Amino acid sequence: MPLPDDFRETTKHTRDVGSHAAANLRFIRETMESAGSFTAVSGWGQVVIGATAVVAAIVAARQPTRVRWLEAWLLEAALAVTIAGVAMAAKARRNGLPLFSRSSRKFWPAFTAPLAAGAILTAAFVARRIFDPLPGVWLLLFGTAVVAGGAVSVPLVRIMGMCFFALGVAALVCPPAWGDAMLAAGFGGLLAVFGVAIARRHGG
Amino acid sequence: MGNARPKSRVDRSPELARPAERSATAERLDRVIHERVRLGIVSALAVNEALTFRELKSLLRVTDGNLSVHARKLERAGYVACAKSFDGRLPRTTYRLTAAGRRALSRYLDHMEAVIRAARRG
Repeated sequence: MPLPDDFRETTKHTRDVGSHAAANLRFIRETMESAGSFTAVSGWGQVVIGATAVVAAIVAARQPTRVRWLEAWLLEAALAVTIAGVAMAAKARRNGLPLFSRSSRKFWPAFTAPLAAGAILTAAFVARRIFDPLPGVWLLLFGTAVVAGGAVSVPLVRIMGMCFFALGVAALVCPPAWGDAMLAAGFGGLLAVFGVAIARRHGG
Repeated sequence: MGNARPKSRVDRSPELARPAERSATAERLDRVIHERVRLGIVSALAVNEALTFRELKSLLRVTDGNLSVHARKLERAGYVACAKSFDGRLPRTTYRLTAAGRRALSRYLDHMEAVIRAARRG
């Protein structure tokens, strides 16, 4: 039996209003994503990484060769990336926020480019058997990555990046023997201190 | 979202409603927030402690005049608070979402969700 015109019109109208409401919600969400800062950085994740970095500094300092020393820190880097990934995913899930929002799409390229530069410089130095500048280079370029990514994040992240940057400069001018202590101060101390502040102010 | 932008169908939807629905919808719908630019301002301020006039203008891609008019309407409704200061010699206008504005956005979101649920049932 054909539907009456009136009923069909009402159904179409209801559907239209529903799709307009959905478009409005989409608009609100997109505006919030564009305007929002990247706050998926997990403060508590940083605290855990800080603890593992202190252990890594102790272990690395006791290695008999420079290659073994490098391996210890590379292992710590892989562990830190895993912890950071898990912690950020957990924070995003807990706060009901998307891990890959519009601001995160701006954050990641800015953050990873200096890290990639750091990896290339590390490979180039190691190929020439040069190890002494590595702690300074790592701290400096990690600081650069955090400052660059921090442009779309909360101010605390940018301040943390600047502290890493300053520590990197200090590590480059300090005696090479201080390398592990500098790395412990940065990836252990700074990450943990700022991690607690980020966790308290920005939801975990 | 600029001045020249034709009024969206969303904006007109309450007027398109059938008489019985129209009164109910209009009664519940917050017309202050329902307009696109104002909705954008409120949404942007909801995820920021404060935003300057320039930041809002760049974010929403609207003209100075358009943004001022809509921001003033929100201010009059008590949904945003405006503070004027100077950054060196340049005037700086900063907007914040008030508690009333946050409540209004929350109500609006509830309303939109209810409309979608009703449309799905229909």
